[in-house]
Amino acid sequence: MCHQTVSLVARYLEQHGLPTVVIATARDIVEHCGVARLVFTDFPLGNPCGEPYDEPMQREIVGRALDLLAQAQQPRTTVVAPFEWSKGTQWKELIFSEEQPFLEGEAYDNWIEGKQRYRELKDKGEI
Amino acid sequence: MSYVRYIDKTRAYYESIGYEKPYQWAHFDEVPFTRLTRPLSECRIALVSTSDIAIKANEDGADPHEQFLVGSVYSIPADTSVEALYSPQEHYDVNATHLDDVNSFFPITRLQELAASGHCADIAPRAHGVYTAYSQRRTLEIDAPEVLKRCREDAVDAVVLVPI
Repeated sequence: MCHQTVSLVARYLEQHGLPTVVIATARDIVEHCGVARLVFTDFPLGNPCGEPYDEPMQREIVGRALDLLAQAQQPRTTVVAPFEWSKGTQWKELIFSEEQPFLEGEAYDNWIEGKQRYRELKDKGEI
Repeated sequence: MSYVRYIDKTRAYYESIGYEKPYQWAHFDEVPFTRLTRPLSECRIALVSTSDIAIKANEDGADPHEQFLVGSVYSIPADTSVEALYSPQEHYDVNATHLDDVNSFFPITRLQELAASGHCADIAPRAHGVYTAYSQRRTLEIDAPEVLKRCREDAVDAVVLVPI
């Protein structure tokens, strides 16, 4: 969901004359929405700018994002960060699978509660 | 191995746990595009994040989601020490990774290093957070204009946006 929020904000800024670049791990959500520039990092949700504590990798990815601001010639320009997750690709099969619930316990309760409160506010006409 | 198709995967996943109505992901045929108007080395860059990035020292025990339940914009000084920052986000791949290194999702130090080496001119004095709204309309009509306003106030030339 927060990939979509970022994409919507990026689109709005572009519409109003401000160039943008998105750095993200969920390529399909960002491209489905449609943004001007995307650096796609094929990593688990949470570390789009590089593996934790790998400063050279992070600098490379963020640097490519800055370069893309200048280099892109048209919208929907996607650049793929040239890195593979160091602990293999198993996370790709497990994410959002029945054997590995995405949100558990308190995190799941918080999500449901947020949705419920949104519905209540919407019913009251406050949003 | 090909990249994860989250739209397809989450549709199947939420169906399997009892949600029948699939989420309608935002989709547009037209994509707006603005070119940089000056060399990157002369540009001021702002960072925008949906990681719910927060300052530890400001924590008074209140859940930030209580105040901005359905989406809002806030700013934090870009020179805040990363040791003072954290993300309370739960919607990431908790089985594969963690959010202990702020720069892996909120690359403020990396941007400052790139500015220091002349890659860009400098980093805007404020970075901006946007809480994810359940309403796409709210994001487009309230939050996005607020981000634009703050970027203009800071004379920003281009924006780096990072979801979690």
